[in-house]
Amino acid sequence: MEVKAPRLAAAAQPGQFLIVRADEQGERIPLTISDFDANAGTVTIVTQKIGASSADIIALEEGEGFSDVVGPLGLPSEFVEMAPEQLSSMRYIFIAGGVGTAPVYPQAKWLHDRGVAVDVIIGAKTKDLLIYKEEMAAVCDNLFICTDDGSEGFHGMVTALLEKLVADGHSYTQAVAIGPMIMMKFTTLTAKKLDLPITVSLNTLMVDGTGMCGACRVSVGGKTRFACVEGPEFDGYLVDFDEAMRRQGQYKAEEAEANEKHVCKIGRGK
Amino acid sequence: MANRIPRVPVREQDPKVRATNFDEVCYGYNKEEAMLEASRCLNCRNPRCMTACPVGLQIPRFIAEIVADNIAGAAAVIAEDSSLPAVCGRVCPQETQCEGSCVLGVKGEPVAIGKLERFVADYSRDQAASGQCPQNTAGAACMPDRDSDHPAIPLEGAQGVKESLGTKRRVAVIGSGPAGLACASDLAKWGYDVTIFEALHKAGGVLEYGIPEFRLPKDKVLRHEIDDVRALGVRIETNVIIGRTITIDALMDKEGFEAVFIGTGAGLPKFMNIPGENLCGVFSANEFLTRNNLMKAWREDYLTPIHAGKKVCVVGGGNVAMDAARTALRLGAEVHIVYRRTEAELPARREEVHHAMQEGIIFDMLTNPVEVLGDEKGWVRALKCIRMELGEPDESGRRSPVPIPGSEFEIPTETVIMALGTSPNPLISKTTQGLETTRRGCLVADDSGATTRPGVFAGGDAVTGAATVILAMGAGRTAAKAIDAYLKAK
Repeated sequence: MEVKAPRLAAAAQPGQFLIVRADEQGERIPLTISDFDANAGTVTIVTQKIGASSADIIALEEGEGFSDVVGPLGLPSEFVEMAPEQLSSMRYIFIAGGVGTAPVYPQAKWLHDRGVAVDVIIGAKTKDLLIYKEEMAAVCDNLFICTDDGSEGFHGMVTALLEKLVADGHSYTQAVAIGPMIMMKFTTLTAKKLDLPITVSLNTLMVDGTGMCGACRVSVGGKTRFACVEGPEFDGYLVDFDEAMRRQGQYKAEEAEANEKHVCKIGRGK
Repeated sequence: MANRIPRVPVREQDPKVRATNFDEVCYGYNKEEAMLEASRCLNCRNPRCMTACPVGLQIPRFIAEIVADNIAGAAAVIAEDSSLPAVCGRVCPQETQCEGSCVLGVKGEPVAIGKLERFVADYSRDQAASGQCPQNTAGAACMPDRDSDHPAIPLEGAQGVKESLGTKRRVAVIGSGPAGLACASDLAKWGYDVTIFEALHKAGGVLEYGIPEFRLPKDKVLRHEIDDVRALGVRIETNVIIGRTITIDALMDKEGFEAVFIGTGAGLPKFMNIPGENLCGVFSANEFLTRNNLMKAWREDYLTPIHAGKKVCVVGGGNVAMDAARTALRLGAEVHIVYRRTEAELPARREEVHHAMQEGIIFDMLTNPVEVLGDEKGWVRALKCIRMELGEPDESGRRSPVPIPGSEFEIPTETVIMALGTSPNPLISKTTQGLETTRRGCLVADDSGATTRPGVFAGGDAVTGAATVILAMGAGRTAAKAIDAYLKAK
């Protein structure tokens, strides 16, 4: 969905995220920015129903608004700061999993606009869950699709497709994986095997998103880092994914309880 | 003799009952109690209480108005120097400031200045709400919580805004905590056009996200005092992160702000850097309190989750540790405060320690954590600690704790909350040209609040590191004076 937020749209860079709150009772939900248009003053976000709060976001209809939108948060992707001559020698492969496809889009677009070589793998469980196919095809050199059930494109996981591409002679200098934590973990293992540097974008738990709470802390290279202000992108080789996955599930018990009780209030009475 | 009257005790909620709810602990004085307590003031010619107050509240004057049964007059006296009396009356460490300097305290009990200030503020607010005293907060009570329709002012619209405001000069205040609110209030009173930018979705800073409901009721007390600041003409824009959404450079160069006050506090939590701190069930006090206070996790109708479990260890001995401990208690946990020194060194307000003990918080003194131990699923199972003893006094004058070798032991616990202090957020210093910081990350500012960049002032925890609400307010007022002088000379 597109959200009107002129200051945020003017300041946003690839790799950054924002936080929304659907209504007064809602949680602060961090979402990666999928596109931004400074002239129109809008940012695009993509979400998926996980818990009660994301259900409230999805229930919003065109013309309605969030109670709060704040951002951009986090550091921009590393390539935004790179010197042009360094950038021109790079060959990127983006590995996008599920909803993680959306935040890959502005990164691929940014690089493609500057003439940098970009290939993209989009992976999903099944073809109905593939998103951003046409949009992505327009901002990369080669788009590869894979599905777990083989309903479209390569039959298998993104990791197998990545290995196949490299075996087929594609060569890359940098991989970027965005998707579920487990997918980023295994993609990192594959990249390591292929001796390919990899950046991952961590969707940790957050409250404020400005470095205040520390809910987002992750171990990177044995040091504790705050994903909200020092990330969300980190060197995949250095991330402790097992710890990150455990920490992500910290409120599962409380959330399951909330899901049971929650009756979506947004859009009622229309 | 007036001073023969003993200090009037204040009514409080029963400890057993309040340990299970988030209603305010202290009920405050009623009018009779306040007038009796006020009559104890000797009205000293040289009021040491006033000198000891960081905002210079005219204490004997407002107390004299209470004695004269002129509560509206007392409120007016307080309003000359403070925009947050109902807050300060509740959260100031009076024992080390005004009340600590009261002459009556030499031989007996000092005048209950904090409770009197609170009474005046609460009484005036209640009167205004019932329509009997409209002059205090005219129209403010019905204002909505958020007047920010951010993003309402696009960059290109800044010029139009400036023109419509005529000759008023614009000042930006960053952060809507005590420092920012105090600075903005004074500047607005002097005719400046002031906009406060707040990163979170609600105004108040630490008063909103840090201090719990049972100590500072949000809707009844805090909202009201913030609305009073708005009623002075101060605009508050929430959801704007200076340094991310827009920079100070852009505020000054593109949006027409002639001066900026940075009152962004000290928001970054400290951890101990001991093994196991990233286990599930270890939280910063900031996270725990923000979930509970700002996000209202304690209320069934709010969606943000919070985890306390059956047993909680809070590490630290300051006000934040007490707040976290008493919050966890109210969420149903058995709570231990783990502190490396003794009760005498606890930096928390005396009243908070007293209340925490009354409510059944267990204090494990001379105890220092060395490791957080986890179970096979990555959750906390125990806090491994070492016994301490007090050695020689350190720079702060307090005897420094020394570990007793071989005294390690485990406290089984489900949750660990780290309340070890906070440091300033580097977001602004990193994104603003010409702003110097100290080694500890605090902004460099002189006594007037002027930073190393012309036109940019700072005060409160962002400059001093974590301190108190009232010191931040004092710094905000000092900087307001310096901003006024700067703009007049410009």
